[in-house]
Amino acid sequence: MEALTSRAKAVDRKPMTFLERLYLWNILKGMIITFSHIFKKKPTIQYPEVKRPFSPVFRGLHVLNRDEEGRERCTACGLCAVACPAEAITMEAAERLPGEENLYREEKYAAKYEINMLRCIFCGLCEEACPKDAIYLSETFAPANFNRKGFVYGKDNLLIPNPTTQPEATAKAKGLN
Amino acid sequence: MTLLSLNIDWILLIEKLALIAIVVFASLGIALYTTFGERKVAAILQDRPGPNRAGPFGLLQPLADGVKMFTKEDIIPSSASKWLFILGPGLAMTASLMTCAVIPWGGTIELFGRTISLQIADINIGILYIFAVVSLGVYGIMIGGWASNNKFSLMAALRGASQAISYELAMGLSLIAVLMLSGSLSLGDIVKQQQAGWWNIVYQPLGFLIFFICALAECNRTPFDLPEAENELNFGYHQEYSSMKLGFYLFAEYINMIMSSAVMASLYFGGYDIPFVNDAELQTHLGNWVALFQVGTLLIKIVFFIFLFMWIRWTIPRFRYDQLMNLGWKSMIPLALVNMLVTGALVLLKMNNWHF
Ligand code: SF4
Ligand code: SF4
Repeated sequence: MEALTSRAKAVDRKPMTFLERLYLWNILKGMIITFSHIFKKKPTIQYPEVKRPFSPVFRGLHVLNRDEEGRERCTACGLCAVACPAEAITMEAAERLPGEENLYREEKYAAKYEINMLRCIFCGLCEEACPKDAIYLSETFAPANFNRKGFVYGKDNLLIPNPTTQPEATAKAKGLN
Repeated sequence: MTLLSLNIDWILLIEKLALIAIVVFASLGIALYTTFGERKVAAILQDRPGPNRAGPFGLLQPLADGVKMFTKEDIIPSSASKWLFILGPGLAMTASLMTCAVIPWGGTIELFGRTISLQIADINIGILYIFAVVSLGVYGIMIGGWASNNKFSLMAALRGASQAISYELAMGLSLIAVLMLSGSLSLGDIVKQQQAGWWNIVYQPLGFLIFFICALAECNRTPFDLPEAENELNFGYHQEYSSMKLGFYLFAEYINMIMSSAVMASLYFGGYDIPFVNDAELQTHLGNWVALFQVGTLLIKIVFFIFLFMWIRWTIPRFRYDQLMNLGWKSMIPLALVNMLVTGALVLLKMNNWHF
């Protein structure tokens, strides 16, 4: 029969000789192997000080975006919630009142917008579904929390800081600095 | 009044007490850092940096471990035999510390016009004493395992006892060869002879190998850590222990390691002898400093052996129980016997004026 791989090795069931039963030679070989590891490079990253960069396609926590004038882009159309396979998104719509044009870009906006990060699988389908470019997945992840409520992110957590009034915070949220 | 009239050399007593205190605390301190060393060695052999958060380079890690151990809840299982349960770790610790009494830590120093030997007790049966104390160490495991009232602990205690007995035999046999060469049971004499001539390892390579393997077994170090066997016996004899009682058991293991390293260095590697240097001649030039160098030399030898212990631990897995017994009874003891016979024959020939 043809061997499946070139590295196949027949099992040797000969009884061990006296020298083999002393195990010394094999142990010595093993010790040489472990000793050589002393000089190997350590792949450890000292985590809180040094962070490993995420890959450019990393999908992390969501942000709700604003436009150049600092207005919220989301129009509460609900397409993201429909697209979401994990049903992690809920929202409540409200109508923009006169005088709020500098706050909301569209006539209808999301008064409440929540993503349950424990349900979310970070697939990014919400980002793809959004017709208004309002939701993006950033390159951070949800920090640990003591209770489940803490993982339901509302607008206060999701909304990106206003670029016109808080340019630095916006840059930070976008990971630009 | 009777005590004072007994004409006791009080200064000698104070001197010995000071020596005991120094040696015990030094051993404890070294053991503390041996735990750190163990973790570092393990880490480095496994391509990790090891503990490095507590203090510079993680040097305060042993203290943090100690604080952790002390502040843990101390549990005595309700079905355990209370006194034996407490006695177990104490016994393990005492037995491992008692060995240090007969180890010659260095030559002699001159202080206040007295010649002080850096050996707590140069008793003429030093080796026998070590053997007796090492055998006592098994009681720590036995009693701990028995008192826990737990099947796994009991199994571990049985294993520990049988393992210690099996390997003590081969250890004793390999030692006899050294004793035949030296003609003395006193560790001090054995070291002094090696200072004058070659180290015993030159005459007794096989004997040393057997002794070393048996020392591994006596210290319950991998590959002979069957009494602990965390994957089959849930940590064996110290399964029910917590807090500082557990700490004592773990600590005793490290002190055992230090002591057996010291014994091995003394028996086979010239003890405190500084290699390639005539110590006696040096003493006339440098005086007390030589003793310090000698202690340093012994410490270096000990550290080397401890590293060897750790290196082996993080290289090979544990033996199976039947392999352990086979190795002990069918390989170690015959080899030690042969070694003893050959050495004996050579010593006899030499005594009858053969030259080789
Ligand atoms: S990333 Fe996927 S799972 Fe998460 S909210 Fe968006 S669509 Fe839902
Ligand atoms: S985020 Fe986009 S898809 Fe979701 S409701 Fe707002 S506008 Fe619609």
